[in-house]
Amino acid sequence: MFEFSSIEQYHQSLQEGNITCAEAVAHYLEQIKKTGRLNAFIEVYEEEALQKARELDNQRRQARPLGKLHGVVIGIKDVLCHKDHLLTASSKILEGFTSIYSATAIERLLTEDAIIIGRLNCDEFAMGSTNENSAYGKVLNALDETRIPGGSSGGSAVAVQAGLCMVSLGSDTGGSVRQPADLCGIVGLKPTYGRISRYGLIAYASSFDQIGIFSKNIPDAALLLEVMAGADDFDSTVSERPVEQYSSSLTENKKYRIAFFNEALDHPSLDPEISKAMKGTLEDLRQKGHNVQPVEFDLLEYIVPAYYVLTTAEASSNLSRYDGIKYGYRTPVATDGLTEFYKETRSKGFGKEVRRRIMLGTFVLSSGYYDAYFTRAQKVRKLLYEKIKLIFNQFDFIFLPTTPAIAFRIGEKMTDPISMYLADIYTVMANLAGIPAISVPLYTHSSGMPFGLQVLSGRFNELSLLRVSNKLMEQYPKQK
Amino acid sequence: MAVKHIYETVIGLEVHAQLLTKSKLFCGDAIAYGAAPNTHVSPITLAHPGTLPKMNKKAIEFAVKMGLACHCEIEKNNYFARKNYFYPDLPKGYQISQHTTPVCKGGYISIKVNGTERKIRLNRIHMEEDAGKSIHDADDASTCIDLNRAGTPLIEIVSEPDLRSADETYAYLTELRKLLRYLDVCDGNMEEGSLRCDVNISVRREGETRLGTKVEIKNLNSIRNAKRAVEVESKRLVDMIERGETIIQQTRSFDADRSVTIAIRDKEDADDYRYFADPDLTPFLLEDEFIDRIRQSIPALQEERIKKYTGQWQLSEYDSQVLTEEKEIADYFEAIVQHTSNYKAASNWMTGPVRSWLNENNKEIDAFPLSAQKVAELIQLVESGKLSFSSASSRLLPYLIQHPSAQPELAAIEQNLIQQSDASSLEPLIDEVLTKYAEKVQEYKKGKKGVLSLFVGEVMKRSKGKADPKVTNELLLEKLKA
Repeated sequence: MFEFSSIEQYHQSLQEGNITCAEAVAHYLEQIKKTGRLNAFIEVYEEEALQKARELDNQRRQARPLGKLHGVVIGIKDVLCHKDHLLTASSKILEGFTSIYSATAIERLLTEDAIIIGRLNCDEFAMGSTNENSAYGKVLNALDETRIPGGSSGGSAVAVQAGLCMVSLGSDTGGSVRQPADLCGIVGLKPTYGRISRYGLIAYASSFDQIGIFSKNIPDAALLLEVMAGADDFDSTVSERPVEQYSSSLTENKKYRIAFFNEALDHPSLDPEISKAMKGTLEDLRQKGHNVQPVEFDLLEYIVPAYYVLTTAEASSNLSRYDGIKYGYRTPVATDGLTEFYKETRSKGFGKEVRRRIMLGTFVLSSGYYDAYFTRAQKVRKLLYEKIKLIFNQFDFIFLPTTPAIAFRIGEKMTDPISMYLADIYTVMANLAGIPAISVPLYTHSSGMPFGLQVLSGRFNELSLLRVSNKLMEQYPKQK
Repeated sequence: MAVKHIYETVIGLEVHAQLLTKSKLFCGDAIAYGAAPNTHVSPITLAHPGTLPKMNKKAIEFAVKMGLACHCEIEKNNYFARKNYFYPDLPKGYQISQHTTPVCKGGYISIKVNGTERKIRLNRIHMEEDAGKSIHDADDASTCIDLNRAGTPLIEIVSEPDLRSADETYAYLTELRKLLRYLDVCDGNMEEGSLRCDVNISVRREGETRLGTKVEIKNLNSIRNAKRAVEVESKRLVDMIERGETIIQQTRSFDADRSVTIAIRDKEDADDYRYFADPDLTPFLLEDEFIDRIRQSIPALQEERIKKYTGQWQLSEYDSQVLTEEKEIADYFEAIVQHTSNYKAASNWMTGPVRSWLNENNKEIDAFPLSAQKVAELIQLVESGKLSFSSASSRLLPYLIQHPSAQPELAAIEQNLIQQSDASSLEPLIDEVLTKYAEKVQEYKKGKKGVLSLFVGEVMKRSKGKADPKVTNELLLEKLKA
């Protein structure tokens, strides 16, 4: 039976003839069928994936040059455009919509011979932390099916967690990759804002969104990043800085300068067990000779509100295009006039959480409230930006928890959006500041559930981030 | 009803001009007026999920060019904002616009009405993208949407409320359109909608310093209609005040057929467009070097050309004005004088035969079949006496228009148009004429000098128009002296 450990291993097995791409795809298709109750996939490209696998097997046999992601089986969050495939953002409003182009990131994966096996479930328009806000139903955490997998990229996390594909893509606007990775016990990487083109990624909040990667290990995440990152004519916000060969330069023996915030580790919302585990790791690293120091951080209470003001503002505008005129869902009800038509279409097409955020965002941009909310939140963002810059003048990394608690029970927080939003306290910082961050699966809770350590680095310093994460995973292997 | 007071009309204009870029403001779709509906629509124009705008640098260049020509201050730090509103022909649900931070500030456009020159101050010029078109009359049951136009780059030129009459409005729009055309920034075609005008108008008693309540008249489709709308609306507003009625802030449209304005909606509450900087487009800095390069690329404007024509080239004020009214005509004229220094003749050809041909055939100068160089050759043929002006303009020119590749001088020979100026071929004709009109010769000798023109005319007739009148004249005088 096929067992996946890393892309490198898989490529070796292919070369040695121990397995074929078609066999790998067949294996995953079977696993997906067996675990259908997890509801990770919205759609599986069964025939197409098998077909592609057979083509790749033929190419390999003919000794033709192989792509970097030859035969790598990837699942993609249903917010990424894939030409001639359905695309819904887990929303009714995009019912039946087929994308007529592919996202730059997807194009690049396909150019390197990846096999896309299906579309993954998520919170509607990537808004949520539990994957309970999906028009296609909730996703279950494979380690404990009574618990949420996290969100918004819940399907992407579970697909890797449950062995339904090798790696997967998500999107991270305020933690939507790192948080579910943490709750599912896998690696979740959010690169620097502008490292990977956003062209073809359905926008939630344009100045925050970034495509992220789920994997079982660091080298796989490094390889995917290397393939997808870099300049793109279709995105004016993407960086033109050259892309490093992350996957081939992961080993490094260096004493690091690590910052942590007491305000974060002693925060009342943080599970004491998580706090203790993290403090233990920091102490251990200090003893190993790394420079580990507390830094005063007084913005913690402001960043979640600032995040929600700014992201909902951008979202309220980004989601205006879903109006029932050009594509997607349109109300079947005969309406009296244009305004009624919009109201009816958008009220029925969008789910509750999305409607809530559109209204919040419209409110904070409205005249009379603009300065009190939007302008002030922008000021907080600027302050944070400056603060983070100062910290990275002195340190290589900031260590933070990824989430304040382990995966909670399904339905537990659906009625209390505020406490749900506050659980984003440790993840939104990286998006507000545009810096890269990763959740590294290091710990197991007494409940048996996993949780991770979050590492943040300076802008475009993915290489260091991946190196230290690799080191951490080697040094602190999880007890099985 | 007699008007009791004297009123002043206060007018400000908002003019939208479509820029002559090859592609749209934020994507590569071609701009094509009159193309089949929805044929220039990429996923970006259609606002498909996941698409992003990418700025067209040429559009910035055009906006800055117009700003410099209008003496505006150019803003170096720029960004685009989103103007949020719902309408079916606005695919993204927001318009990307510089509304809050225009690239050009201040400045003015000079106008001349009844010999008086005035500077009409501008508030600003900013860039934005156009919406698509809603077509309400193509289908009985539905409104049709054509998104070809969506995303076309526009500049909006906003004047201060400095205009005071319909004539000034007319002069301002004429001048503005001329500038746009001179700069090759916009084709200025109001019927096709590449230039659109909204009029803000209010009236007040003379001497009053506060502005009256303003009314906006939307989408005027010709300069003449803008002028008429101002006339009609200012009268309507004055009449209302005279009747003691209260003017409410309104948006109105002008019905050109009936010469009335019609209320579209009241504008009591300002719309809340929730502007914010578009996070998909990075702010951009205009370097001094970039602005200087544009400044240097600005073609000579009308005033400058008139100065040169009347000064260096010694043409009359009137001719210079006529020649420079359209940039393309002036360009053609200047191309002629590259090949001849007979400026006056070149001017006469442009305002005479060339203009007539354009008018008769309803064509623009770019459709004139002859190159400027050939026109210069015609001028030289006349100047050297080989051809009379009348046979050059009435016979050779039409021939050349039919045969644009023919050589003018060869064609003149072939067509037998070259003047006879050698005495040996003219003398027999002169002798013939003097013999036939012996009586008249006697009258001439008695002092009736006027009959000379009769002899010249007769010689011309006999030569079939080819006799050189000057030489003929000289030979006649000589013979008559004898």
